[in-house]
Amino acid sequence: MEFNIDRIAELARLNLKSGEKEKLEKDLESILGYVKKLESLETSQVEPTSHVLDLENVFRPDTVKSTEIQEEVLEHAPSRHAKFFKVPKVVEKE
Amino acid sequence: MSYESVIGLEVHVQLGTKSKLFCPCSTEFGAEPNRHTCPVCLGWPGSLPVLNEEALRLAIKVGLALNCHIAERLKFDRKNYFYPDLPKAYQISQYDMPVNSKGWLMIQMRDENGGVHQKKIGITRAHLEEDAGKLLHEEVPDGTLVDYNRAGIPLLEIVSEPDLSSPEEAYEYLVSLKAILQYLEVSDCDMEKGRLRCDANVSVRKSGEVKLGTKTEIKNLNSFRAVQKALAYEIRRQTEILDSKGRVVQETRLWNEDRGQTFSMRSKEEAHDYRYFPEPDLVPFTISRQTVEDIRRTLPELPAERVERFKKDYGLGEYDALVLVQDRKSAHYYEECVREKVSPKMASNWIQSELMALLKLHKAAIENSPVGPKDLAGLIRLIENNTISGKIAKDVLPIMFETRKSAEDIIKEKNWVQVTDTRLIEEIADRILAANPQSVATFKAGKKQALGHLVGQIMKETQGKANPKLVNEILLKKIAKS
Amino acid sequence: MNRPFYEFTLKEAIGVAREGGLREILRALRDRIQALQPKINAFVRYDFDQDLSAVSSQSVVAGVPLAVKDNICIRGKETTCASKILKGHTPPYDAAVIERLKAAGATILGQCNMDEFAFGSSCETSSFGPTRNPWDTTRVPGGSSGGSAAAVAADMAIAALGSDTGGSIRQPASLCGVVGLKPTYGRVSRYGLIAFGSSFDQIGPLTKTVEDSAILMNVLAGHDPRDSTSAMQPVPDYTKSLVCDVRDLRIGLPAEYFVEGLDREVDKSVRAAAETFRKLGATIKTIRLPHTPYSVAVYYIVAVAEASSNLGRFDGVQYGLRIPTKEIREMYFETRDEGFGVEAKRRILLGTFVLSAGYYEAYYRKGQKVRTLIRKDFYEAFEEVDLILTPTSPTPAFKIGEKANDPLAMYLSDIFTIPVNLSGIPAISIPCGFTSSGLPIGMQLAARPFQEELIFRAAYTFEQETGIYKTKPKL
Repeated sequence: MEFNIDRIAELARLNLKSGEKEKLEKDLESILGYVKKLESLETSQVEPTSHVLDLENVFRPDTVKSTEIQEEVLEHAPSRHAKFFKVPKVVEKE
Repeated sequence: MSYESVIGLEVHVQLGTKSKLFCPCSTEFGAEPNRHTCPVCLGWPGSLPVLNEEALRLAIKVGLALNCHIAERLKFDRKNYFYPDLPKAYQISQYDMPVNSKGWLMIQMRDENGGVHQKKIGITRAHLEEDAGKLLHEEVPDGTLVDYNRAGIPLLEIVSEPDLSSPEEAYEYLVSLKAILQYLEVSDCDMEKGRLRCDANVSVRKSGEVKLGTKTEIKNLNSFRAVQKALAYEIRRQTEILDSKGRVVQETRLWNEDRGQTFSMRSKEEAHDYRYFPEPDLVPFTISRQTVEDIRRTLPELPAERVERFKKDYGLGEYDALVLVQDRKSAHYYEECVREKVSPKMASNWIQSELMALLKLHKAAIENSPVGPKDLAGLIRLIENNTISGKIAKDVLPIMFETRKSAEDIIKEKNWVQVTDTRLIEEIADRILAANPQSVATFKAGKKQALGHLVGQIMKETQGKANPKLVNEILLKKIAKS
Repeated sequence: MNRPFYEFTLKEAIGVAREGGLREILRALRDRIQALQPKINAFVRYDFDQDLSAVSSQSVVAGVPLAVKDNICIRGKETTCASKILKGHTPPYDAAVIERLKAAGATILGQCNMDEFAFGSSCETSSFGPTRNPWDTTRVPGGSSGGSAAAVAADMAIAALGSDTGGSIRQPASLCGVVGLKPTYGRVSRYGLIAFGSSFDQIGPLTKTVEDSAILMNVLAGHDPRDSTSAMQPVPDYTKSLVCDVRDLRIGLPAEYFVEGLDREVDKSVRAAAETFRKLGATIKTIRLPHTPYSVAVYYIVAVAEASSNLGRFDGVQYGLRIPTKEIREMYFETRDEGFGVEAKRRILLGTFVLSAGYYEAYYRKGQKVRTLIRKDFYEAFEEVDLILTPTSPTPAFKIGEKANDPLAMYLSDIFTIPVNLSGIPAISIPCGFTSSGLPIGMQLAARPFQEELIFRAAYTFEQETGIYKTKPKL
């Protein structure tokens, strides 16, 4: 099967450590097997649908509005430092 | 073995809107961390983006200035990846339907003989996307801090074709691009404030080879000179690898300015798979040709056009015109100065040499110059009407910088007004000729430089204020008569 | 005999509140919820300590308490999508629909249980435990808005809001014997609805009657400049459609919906409903929606792809659960592994896969193309008919645990509701009968985009004719 659960779980940032991997792999293979039925349809001339409405050109004007939620969201954060959000060390430097 | 390098640049420029790309938060620089945030730019669950109309207008403006095709229809896409500066774990960008594509710009390269030749550099695309937040790695020992003020600020990513073949060309490309962006007033291109950022892709191949070599991407380039230096370093590094039959690794490398070297990021990150797909929270956009023409009409005179005009109207050479035009503010200064009806050639020389040197010394920008264009024109006019000599003028300008007095006032105070009184000069000349028969004889014998000695004597007597042209004329006349 | 206040419809409750009876309604609901919550588990949070001082008895809803699904943001109130990963999450803003409800004078009494992130058709994947069907507490209420449907069915709420991505309002409405409307995509603002499938999601009402649904739609519908996909069409007064007359209507029964796998009693009940419409003067005809069999496959590619991206933000950086680690990369893996339930992981993995390099064309883009074919089916059918009548769910409420280990069987229980979301059209589920064992059966009426009025008229006519809604579960 083309479905490589380790690669996909890595992309999705899931480590599936609590014994879920085998069951999920089986489920996903069966779902992908079901989804294969689409292959029988000829769609080379069909435009894809990204939106169901014919809306286009929806803009907002370039005006500034302040929401003043800074303190509220920082207070609510798992970890903060002064006015910053704080996360574990990002190690991607030289 | 001779090699050639192939360079492409990706420039991110912040578009000068008042509010962010998809929400009404301010784009003002320097605010307290996380002050300019809202549920949308923080990517809070349930929030939705709405496109800033001005950002699209500015993007089209740049596209037109870069001779791009402006898309009839465009959409936005999600670029998915995890990083703490990216609040939604996806960046709203444009994947396969960018607003601008297939453009070009001209760069001007100076020849060895002092001439200038042009080279056309292709622009693959220039698309709209939102900026990420800022990570601070060094503030605390046990973590990384995140400021989302920058998250959601509109960026235009301008991708060049790999048409650049030297670090110097890359530098000139950036200078030309910056000039265009500044003329358009879409960005101040302040690299220190992150408003213009550049990544470089470079590969090296044997001369004449068609197939491209393996490229590396260089990041952390904080100035145009850094781009040039990093590329030169990287080309040397890759060439050495090829020379020793090694293989260049495709990777991202960081430029270290202090050490003058690039370093591998050595990230353990898996190969990127951004899983682009059309952003369902934004609708598609159509740009009518009428809109494109309306925006085209708002385009100001661009650097290339201005160079031509300066050459034609002011009689400047290619190089002088380029230097003045490349910085919109110096071009403006120049035109203000010339408007005072002084010699365009003299104005060009004075701005490029004396004024620029003094600005550098005083660490002043030309738009804030203590000596304004009208003041400089005042000084030039005094030279033109023989009130002072060019030599004296060079002493006057620094005093103008210090005191902000007009040139006229300074020379009056200092009593530096040029002596143009013919009778006075004749009197002195008679005296000098009488005291230096030897020099007169030498001159008459054919040694023309003897005249210089006599002129010098007169200048000394007049404390440099005698009009040199007049002195020359009078001396020659008197020697001839004697 | 006086009916207790909790049994009142929204229309009736507004009448009582206007006469000064709001506190009594609130008290009656409090007693009802406290009595039934342990049995039904319809709510994840409620607050009886409401400040009613600002309520105007002359406002549209006159302070009548309502319940909302736990995926709609309420400023300063915990909102979790019934997921561990959002435990303690308190939005700093109100969803557009909450603003509208508040402006109309509604009181938000509580937040309803749901499948985690609306991923499910049974309300079993909630981190707060399953909700039970008021008609038979060994059975599921449907999902994902199972808590909202059960609360309304059990008279624990006068009316509730749900959200519908593939049937999440209509299927539980059907299984619980209440009225559930999924409006046209774009009719109700999504601003503040925690997204599942952004090109599918719509908020809509779950109510005791069609009239209540129309009253709430008058409050909810309308353009919102903060939602780029919000429609500009003017909003009619939906209560004006509450007229008993279907004589001008052409109603289609799609052949593809009455096939193997459809419960016999459901089949019979929906056909009987068609016969009722015929008797009332409507024209009934069989239509074809040939791409129906591909709907579930398309949905589990496209909606799930959007979901995988929408759920990336639950990474422990700014809000919700964080498993502390030394290094950022581990934090992502630990937090998401701990915070998401198994169905959420299943869909995140599936969505990530169909978008990944090398598979995008074969899966995601293919799915988008077949979505076009399914939409086209509906547009062509609506050349011939004004409304499409189908069963809402192929079966009545199933047992808790019955499909929990068979995701594909669970996905197929939305086979009749999914095509509507793929097309963006509006549809309602209303009760149309009961099985021999007394479980409610629902039918679905779908219309052209922005023709909710036709839906309301037909549904109201049927409801008034049959009076099925008056039967209540014995609790």
